Amino acid sequence: MTRRLSIFNVTSLVLGFAFLYLPILLLVVYSFNSSRLVTVWGGFSTQWYGALFRNQALMEAAWVTLRIALLSASIATVLGTLAALALTRYGRFPGRTLFTGMVYAPMVMPEVITGLSLLLFFVAIDLDRGFWTITLAHTTLTMCFVTVVVQARLMTFDRSLEEAAMDLGAPPLRTFFSVTLPLIAPSIVAGFLLAFTLSLDDLVVASFNTGPGATTLPIRIYSQVRLGLSPEINAASTILIGLVTLGVISATLLSKRSVLRSRRNAH
Amino acid sequence: MPPPSRQSASASVGAVRRAFAPWADPDAKPLIRFENVTKRFGEAVAVDHLTLDIFEGEFFCLLGPSGCGKTTLMRMLAGFEFPTEGVITLAGQSLEGVPPYRRPVNMMFQSYALFPHMSVEKNIAFGLRQDGLPKSEILDRVGEMLRLVQLEKLAKRYPSQLSGGQRQRVALARALAKRPKVLLLDEPLGALDKKLREETQFELMDIQHELGMTFVVVTHDQEEAMTMADRIAVMDHGRIVQVATPGEIYEQPKTRFIAEFVGDVNILEGHVQGQENGLWHVKSPSAEMPLTIDDPDEVLHSGQAVAIAVRPEKMVVQREKPGPEAVNVLTGEVWDIGYLGDWTVYRIRLETGEILRVSCANVSRFVESPIDWDEQVYVTFAPGAAVILAE
Repeated sequence: MTRRLSIFNVTSLVLGFAFLYLPILLLVVYSFNSSRLVTVWGGFSTQWYGALFRNQALMEAAWVTLRIALLSASIATVLGTLAALALTRYGRFPGRTLFTGMVYAPMVMPEVITGLSLLLFFVAIDLDRGFWTITLAHTTLTMCFVTVVVQARLMTFDRSLEEAAMDLGAPPLRTFFSVTLPLIAPSIVAGFLLAFTLSLDDLVVASFNTGPGATTLPIRIYSQVRLGLSPEINAASTILIGLVTLGVISATLLSKRSVLRSRRNAH
Repeated sequence: MPPPSRQSASASVGAVRRAFAPWADPDAKPLIRFENVTKRFGEAVAVDHLTLDIFEGEFFCLLGPSGCGKTTLMRMLAGFEFPTEGVITLAGQSLEGVPPYRRPVNMMFQSYALFPHMSVEKNIAFGLRQDGLPKSEILDRVGEMLRLVQLEKLAKRYPSQLSGGQRQRVALARALAKRPKVLLLDEPLGALDKKLREETQFELMDIQHELGMTFVVVTHDQEEAMTMADRIAVMDHGRIVQVATPGEIYEQPKTRFIAEFVGDVNILEGHVQGQENGLWHVKSPSAEMPLTIDDPDEVLHSGQAVAIAVRPEKMVVQREKPGPEAVNVLTGEVWDIGYLGDWTVYRIRLETGEILRVSCANVSRFVESPIDWDEQVYVTFAPGAAVILAE
């Protein structure tokens, strides 16, 4: 391939990426600003990162967010993997199509609807809103992403591997843990990372279902921004962006590798 | 007193093998017994009221075209499928409801199904670990298996680092490690190239002989079945058409399907004229004179339509007209000649338009005036060379 990029291609590429990433880049750059004014460059400094770590309210919010993300991603991973197994393994059970649709629906459902309906549900069953309601809401929100990732791997899974394990004397549960699980583990981890990052940066669903003492980082940032911009928020956002990027990139790499490996072993 | 059979002990059919024939002994107890087994998948019938005995120490082949039900039969033995009707017993015990992990049966999969996340050793040890054997014994047994399949040097490798032939050996070792009562092999040589396949056939036979284990092999390759098996069951549409030794299957096929499926064959159609001195006379449009066939076991009546099957190597092609005393003379012209080195295959076109296949062993390097294309030739065969298949 010696076709060179034409000027048109280069321009559209640059414009496209600029459109997507310029605002984020600006935010990252200004998080290293030494000036107190958010829009005026006053030289390089990491002072806002220091200030961020001394800001009790932000740090507390970050800790809450991290705990919710870890917990909800873990529950979502278990439930999502089970759903993926059911969808790929149990053939054409009655209602399979409906079930598939229902698992995937939260992906395209407007977050406002998800958040509102969950809020109504929690009120109806008289559950105090706070840490646990956000965790449950995030589990609902992220489970389908785990299902999609794990299902893609299970589609290429050679069933005769499980048959071989059973043939050699392993009962179904042991077969699952010694053969199936190790082989689909990369995609499960990828699903977990995806769920984790989705929970980490969710604002809408969280703010519907939050309660006293459960302010997540996105909620805190949003409320603080309404009172006025502060470079501290830029620093906090930069760290958040870093975490999310890391999560998404490793999830992509993991699921890609796991699919590639299953393909290689098929030959 | 019934008349003495022509095929008494002195005249056996096909090659003589080691004197192992438990199926001929009415007192022998089969190791595996299928009793009137039927398997349906929805509407489709995969196995149809099938009854079959397999004896201990046998090398048994299930042979048939794809979709004939042979794989389903094997999977029922392994426990991955259960019969819709009928019973399978192993060593006198019913296998009904027994899951695969509780059967003293192991299987070598067509895809080998090696665990990609385990080394060769770990793969072989997997079954032994499920039995909870002590570590030292597992180590011994794995070592023994590695020696058996000559893979000692590759114990630490992973399946993705092995060649096709090496993977096949690992799969075999893994299935043998638990010393099952029965080893099932699903197209064991299907993924190997021709040369390796031939070597491995003999290796499998040696291993089976050494371990004295019962092998049940599924294959669609008739040559493979002929080489390895003590007995072959030829299947078609979920039924067993014939169970017999390779020699009997080849020389004494029961139906036209078997005759055509196993090896090459020429079929001549005709009508029975009568029996004389134990020989059948059959009038066929392909030959001027009635054909004389020595197939005393057939019970036929005059006027019955039959097919006469003659293997290509049992026909002789010659240029000179045979004398008046010769039987089974067909006239035709050479249509094609295929030189294969060890054999030359002639395709002879009869006056009726039928094409016969005649093969001649090339016993000499030099032939004076060989038979040429378009030559007028005579094809003959002995009365004992042909088999009558009732239509």
